[in-house]
Order: sequence, then structure tokens, then C-alpha cells
Amino acid sequence: MTAGVDLGHPQAQAIQSDEDVVRVRQLVRTVAVAAKLSLVDQTKLVTAASELARNTLVYGGGGTVEVTTVDNGRRRGVRILFADSGPGIVDLDLALTDGYTTGGGLGLGLSGARRLVDEFEIDTGAGKGTRVTVTKWAR
Amino acid sequence: MERVPILKIGDILLVSIQVDMSDQTALQLQEDLAERIVATGSHGVIIDITALDIVDSFVGRMLSTIASISKVLDAETVVVGMRPAVAITLVELGLSLNGIRTALNVERGMELIAAARSDEFEEDDQLDDAADAETTASP
Repeated sequence: MTAGVDLGHPQAQAIQSDEDVVRVRQLVRTVAVAAKLSLVDQTKLVTAASELARNTLVYGGGGTVEVTTVDNGRRRGVRILFADSGPGIVDLDLALTDGYTTGGGLGLGLSGARRLVDEFEIDTGAGKGTRVTVTKWAR
Repeated sequence: MERVPILKIGDILLVSIQVDMSDQTALQLQEDLAERIVATGSHGVIIDITALDIVDSFVGRMLSTIASISKVLDAETVVVGMRPAVAITLVELGLSLNGIRTALNVERGMELIAAARSDEFEEDDQLDDAADAETTASP
């Protein structure tokens, strides 16, 4: 389990369409600014969120996102949970390889998003959906 | 769905992306641009991304695709105005923007296109000269 205490209520957003992916970016940006992440860190987190929200939509068949401000006693951060009840990822190592894709994209979504955040957790398996949790801490 | 406007300035098409584009809007822009290049016979496309907070793998791929399509249609594409935080994030994401020319601003982008065109004309001239030389050399 990742360290850190939730501050306040998570903000939720459904991911059911293209426009929802845009809304996820805007929500994450707002929370990242409030958590005082630097401009570069905001940009990295919003970019990672955009990739993961698109994955939730395209591969998971839609789902939800929850954005929470967290505090580990020393630093503030933003944690985002993406959840879908789609087919899940059978071979996670392969899915995390740069350039691997089953959807005709560039294959950078999952692997690239992992590089852009400080903490990355994924819970998935064939038939059990996918839950991805990412955290970015203010420096 | 929002649509990104395409402006014609002399021999160049200028696209200034001012909205957070959904994936559909990005794909529409790709099609609209291809049509406008052919309809106007433009030889240069400038895509101004000054207003973009992020460029994720989808938009990155769109930029590469636009550059490739323009090339086939005899037009140069230059992407201008990328923010520093966006550049840092793109590199970390693993996106190399293959085949895309970039410039700091619209003015430099126009210079780059003008230079690329005049280089081509010079090459054509040299070919013509070579052809002329051959003609004169043969009795």
C-alpha cells in the first residue's frame, strides 16, 4: 500500500467518451495546481492521466477516475485511481513494454505514464478489470 | 465536437490550436488539413501549439501523421511554440516526434518553410543546369 493520508474527498469523473478524457485532464490539472505541484510536474501528471484515461476508455470499455490530494507528512501530492471492469490485462510485463500495443496506438500509454509519475500501481488480470493508481508528489 | 480552424496566409496554412482537443477533434483536424492543402495548393503548414498545456501520445502521433501527409502532398510542416514543460514531458514519455520540424515561434516557422522551399528550387535549378549542359555538350 502506498503511504500517504487522503485529504478531503476524492473527486470523481466518469470516463465514457472522448470528451470525458478531456474532462479528466482538466480535473487533474485543477487538483495539481491546488496541491502546488510545479509546472513541469503538473504537465507530467496531466499527460500521464490523459494516457491512462484513454486506456480506460479504449481498452477497459469505459470506467471511472478518482482524484485525491494526499499528504505523507512531508509532502503534498496528487493520487489518481483509474478503474474499469473491462477484460483486464493478461500479460502485464508485455503491456508495460515500450512500443507494445494491441490497439493500434504507439504503445507508449502505460509505459510512458509510469515514467511520468512517482508511484505507479496496477491491479489487473484476465477477466477482472484494471485498476491503475498513480501518485505525483510536490517537490 | 469542436473544430480547429485552419487559416491561409499567402502560401502557408496556419493552424493555431486553442482548445484542449478531444481525440475526435484531433483526427478531424488531420483530415481537414489534408483537404485544405490540396484545395489551396499550399506548400507549408504551421501548427502553433503555444496554447497546449500538454501533448500526449495521441496528439504527438497526430502531429507526426500530419507531417507525413503534408510531405506526400508537397507541403512542409513546422510545429511551433512548444512550451518547455511540454518538451520535457514529451521526451520522458518516450515520444520522439519523428519527421517533425520545429521552430520556436510562427515567424521562425515561416522562415524555415521559405528556406526549405528555396533549397528545393535551387536543387531543381541545378538539375536543369545539368540537363542544359548535357544538351549543349552533345553535338
